[in-house]
Amino acid sequence: MAVTVLLPTLLRAHADGASSVEAEGATVGEVFQGLIARYPGMAANLIGEDGELHRFVNVYRNDDDIRYLERLGTPVSDGDEIAILPAVAGGAG
Amino acid sequence: MPAAAAPVPAALVLRLSLEQYRVIVAHCLDGLPDEACGMLTGPMVGGEPTGAVGAVHPCRNADASARTYTVEPRDLLRAMRAADAAGHEIVGVWHSHTHTDAYPSPTDVRQAVDPAWIYVLVSLRHGEPALRAYRIRDEVITELGVAVA
Repeated sequence: MAVTVLLPTLLRAHADGASSVEAEGATVGEVFQGLIARYPGMAANLIGEDGELHRFVNVYRNDDDIRYLERLGTPVSDGDEIAILPAVAGGAG
Repeated sequence: MPAAAAPVPAALVLRLSLEQYRVIVAHCLDGLPDEACGMLTGPMVGGEPTGAVGAVHPCRNADASARTYTVEPRDLLRAMRAADAAGHEIVGVWHSHTHTDAYPSPTDVRQAVDPAWIYVLVSLRHGEPALRAYRIRDEVITELGVAVA
């Protein structure tokens, strides 16, 4: 399956500045493995030490948060948009 | 010794239109008693914001809290798509402090996600909202100029 991956600004430096890249895979996890093979610098920002999605990253398949689907096992279809979003947070505390 | 922070261009000034400024402040006031947040999109040159802002995007605070904020991911996605369509990028984020000054808290510094971004703080602690802008790199806070015109 060929999908478009929308990258946050923080990951673009690892992809020659591109705001989005094309990638292949049957699941979000496979798409990410392909991305990491091409752009090894992304690994630390995408996958945590437990092999799961990094806790400071949100991933959407089209308009759905994959945490509420099948996480990295979420299937993808041709033409899907996979968006990688940083967790943007803070506050007075 | 901590690693030296990357230098911030001294001339970087956040430039907001009066309308953009009003949208930010109004969203912060509307969010009371909770903190409010939103994204700034605009041009990046060589991975650095220029200070220009193409659009401001009010977002929901997914925490619905007076002490913390998390930009609702769907709203962030909407801002990212709008930026992409305009040939722009996310250049910063704003949020309000309801009872403290417009200065990054330890929480803000610890959670600063992107060293390229401009972090805008709006304090509502006094009658008149106070808006200030910063870079946060390697936990070093640098205040930027703000021009509203």
